[in-house]
Amino acid sequence: MGRFHAHADGTVHEHDHGDEDHEHAGHAHDAEGRDVGDHSGYTTGGLRVEVLEHILGENDRTAAANRADFASHGVRVVNVMSSPGAGKTALLVELAHRLEGRARIGVVEGDIETALDADRLAAAGVPVALVNTSAGFGGECHLDATMVRSALERLPLDDLDLVLIENVGNLVCPAEFDVGEDARLMVFSPTEGEEKPLKYPVMFRSADLVAVNKVDLLPHLDVDLARFEANLEGVHPGAAMLLTSAKTGEGVDELADWLLALLPAS
Amino acid sequence: MHELSICAAIAGIVEQHAEGRPVEIVRIDVGHLRQVVPETLQYSWELVVADTPLAGSVLEVNHVPLVVRCDACGESTELDTAVLRCPCGSTDVTLTSGEELLVRSLELVDA
Repeated sequence: MGRFHAHADGTVHEHDHGDEDHEHAGHAHDAEGRDVGDHSGYTTGGLRVEVLEHILGENDRTAAANRADFASHGVRVVNVMSSPGAGKTALLVELAHRLEGRARIGVVEGDIETALDADRLAAAGVPVALVNTSAGFGGECHLDATMVRSALERLPLDDLDLVLIENVGNLVCPAEFDVGEDARLMVFSPTEGEEKPLKYPVMFRSADLVAVNKVDLLPHLDVDLARFEANLEGVHPGAAMLLTSAKTGEGVDELADWLLALLPAS
Repeated sequence: MHELSICAAIAGIVEQHAEGRPVEIVRIDVGHLRQVVPETLQYSWELVVADTPLAGSVLEVNHVPLVVRCDACGESTELDTAVLRCPCGSTDVTLTSGEELLVRSLELVDA
């Protein structure tokens, strides 16, 4: 049987081992496949097992299953991410009102604790599946694919066009986890400061659209929006950006249109 | 603190590959763009594997630099910040490393 292994320079190969020690391409094995030479800059006396597995592979497989299940119901899914207090829930409530009669939406509500946001959305007449990450998930600061999967059967997917996943408020962890979404919406509030794309590049890089929310506050802030845009462009060249305010309604119609454009043409 | 989730995922992968054999070192590759704090990861590893057959194993984190290849001038450059710009001024670049998150190998206890 061939033995699959990788080298420090990144090359990966497989070869059969006979019953003699041998050497090739700058390293050596004995008949059991033990390294007897220096393979990748480390040397210990033990047996090395090459693994080469993506750490989030299991999450990604579950995310793919979620994506397939959503697709089989004809549902499009948007992962909505932001820091705490950027206005995700208020924006989603506004969107729920504006999408009424145009698209049937459901929400997966991710929170560490409480049903406060879920209650606000349910009051807007939207089916909501709450995932408290403190319940069985150890108080996680993000939703992962398994948590979203646990919410699937609690949503009437056959009666929905669009599922909005309100992720846990956090600019770091949610960006690392594919949950089976079709697109990512990031909500940024200008009170957070224009340097944030530089400090949280993974989140800003992963967003298909950045909604700069609470723009009604801009006259009261020293924030430099042009600078924010330049920082966003730096970490995510060509990033799409939209100015919104859940309070005044500015930009919310455009945001609703962006969501509707994700749906299959009927 | 996604380091705990990441460690749980690593432990699952390691258990499959170790097949019950005692593990001394777990070597992982973490790209510069991954927002993982190596010290937090190592601390989380101790928490996650405590009271499991992996208790006592060491997590070795290999930092993989952020490298871009410029599509304009063709040069490859290692970057310190996540602003993806070639020193020639072009932002027309392709990431060639920096997003890794990989269990690379295990070192088993020499029997």
